[in-house]
Amino acid sequence: MRTPRPGRILLVAFLALAAGYFLLPVYWLIIAATKSNEDLYGSFGLWFDNPRLWHNLSQIFTYNGHIYPRWALNSLFYAGAGAVLATLLSAAAGFALAKYRFRGREAVFKCVLAGVLLPSTALALPLYLLFNKIGLTNTYWGVLIPSIVSPFGVYLCRIYAESAISDNLLEAARVDGAGEERIFFTLVLRLMSPALVTVFLFQFVHIWNNYFLPLVMLSDDRKYPITLGLVTWKEAADRAPELTQYTVGGAFVSVIPLAVAMLVLQRYWRTGLTEGSVKE
Amino acid sequence: MTTSGTSRKPAARRRSARPDRKAWTFLGPFLAVYVFAMILPICYAIYQSLLKVERSGPLGLGKPSVTFAGLDNYALALEQTTFLEGFGRVLLFGAVQVPVMLLLALTLALLLDQVKDRWAGLLRATYFLPYGIPGVIATLLWGFLYVPGISPVNDVLGKLGVQPDFLGYDNILWSIANIVVWEFAGYNMLIIVAQLKSIPQELYEAARIDGAGPWQTAWRIKLPLVRPALTLTCVFSIIGTMQLFAEPLVLKRLAPAVTNDYTPNLSAYFDAFANANVYLAAAKSVLLAVVAMVLSFGFLSLIGRKRKDDR
Repeated sequence: MRTPRPGRILLVAFLALAAGYFLLPVYWLIIAATKSNEDLYGSFGLWFDNPRLWHNLSQIFTYNGHIYPRWALNSLFYAGAGAVLATLLSAAAGFALAKYRFRGREAVFKCVLAGVLLPSTALALPLYLLFNKIGLTNTYWGVLIPSIVSPFGVYLCRIYAESAISDNLLEAARVDGAGEERIFFTLVLRLMSPALVTVFLFQFVHIWNNYFLPLVMLSDDRKYPITLGLVTWKEAADRAPELTQYTVGGAFVSVIPLAVAMLVLQRYWRTGLTEGSVKE
Repeated sequence: MTTSGTSRKPAARRRSARPDRKAWTFLGPFLAVYVFAMILPICYAIYQSLLKVERSGPLGLGKPSVTFAGLDNYALALEQTTFLEGFGRVLLFGAVQVPVMLLLALTLALLLDQVKDRWAGLLRATYFLPYGIPGVIATLLWGFLYVPGISPVNDVLGKLGVQPDFLGYDNILWSIANIVVWEFAGYNMLIIVAQLKSIPQELYEAARIDGAGPWQTAWRIKLPLVRPALTLTCVFSIIGTMQLFAEPLVLKRLAPAVTNDYTPNLSAYFDAFANANVYLAAAKSVLLAVVAMVLSFGFLSLIGRKRKDDR
């Protein structure tokens, strides 16, 4: 662990510099969220000037009939419900692909892999065309249904189930008279939980960060997630200048909880991907 | 489903056959949504891409009707110089941005291996943090850092006598590249770190006894062993680059250099929603998906062949 001194200094300097780079926009955001709209332009961006965070926040939350909290709840709903359902579907499918022998198994798996490689935003327009035809655009379903498919989740779950669930255990449960559904819900889900946490987190962030899909699907701003809402505020700032500050403050409110979650949950992001990549 | 209620004895005799049929019960829900929200839209988009609106009567003022167009839309898309330029632009973008990002991710992952655990954890989390920030919000933030008058970066550089033009015609592509690197370098680093952690410690022990320094260990042992992770991150990055959309769309208002055809995805989007030509948009979406899949499959098979040659 002992490297020569000059090398050590370089190492620390590089890592610190990188940390500065990754934190700069977040640091700016924290400062900017406390400023008035005029100070945003008139004062130095990297230090406080007449901080008034609570005043700003109360304006953001009440603007336009409390639309911002509504967007936040929409985002939570899309990402939360979508990720839970996606995880369950992936777990069941991954388990089936790993632990049962049946005709067409490899074909199904190849199909899933092709889904992993398909660009998700190239899919947004086709989804819009189809959903428009059957009247699902501008509904919560239009965003939720595509969000519960996670081919990558199925892939991870299959690989994890193969190593984490022993055939003997399943056989023992069957001899004890447990049905397949019961085995899955009581035994398999528990054994697969590390992989499921990973799939859930990935899907949650994926849906939370998604922009193209809600953009094409939704026209009623009361159904918007935060991402879409903030961009509309930013674009309307030409006409209503105070919206610049609302965009900044709204971004601040949405980024902070996720940043904290990232730091706390950081260790859970490791497990799943290793299973995927190591066994390549 | 039908056999579940039968008496114990025959069920026990056919034990090996019975549970396997249940596979479809578990696969069913996923496959149903997969077909509905992935396969069906693609088929529908392919179908739409083969149609066009035709107006009858003199001067094309008659009633519009949708007719079969064959490959006309594809021909039209491929004749649009701006659309092809968009493809060229994302390819150039990817050729620069993906290696820079992966090199940064790899360097950070290898360097973090040299740091005490407590600090490594904190730094790792710091580098990973941008991944949790939505692309459009990251773009809004960097947009503020690019705009003269509000950006502290411009203020500081201005004091040093430099007048950067992040949103200018020549720089905007690389300003977008910076945003994408910022968002995903930490995520890719984490994948590489995960692979590094799975390398057995004895290997390092052996290398140390053989007199290998940290540089040699990194170059000769760690680098070859994280190759699967690099492959994975590279494929995902290629797919990500091809679908570049939100970042240029949000920066469009700040940078006039970003046109409606700046990337293939933008081009398809504006065809569908601004030009009201969903059939052309469908053709462009299909083209984009095909190119992205060909590139990532091509890259995978290239890596696969190389590995076979190595053996």
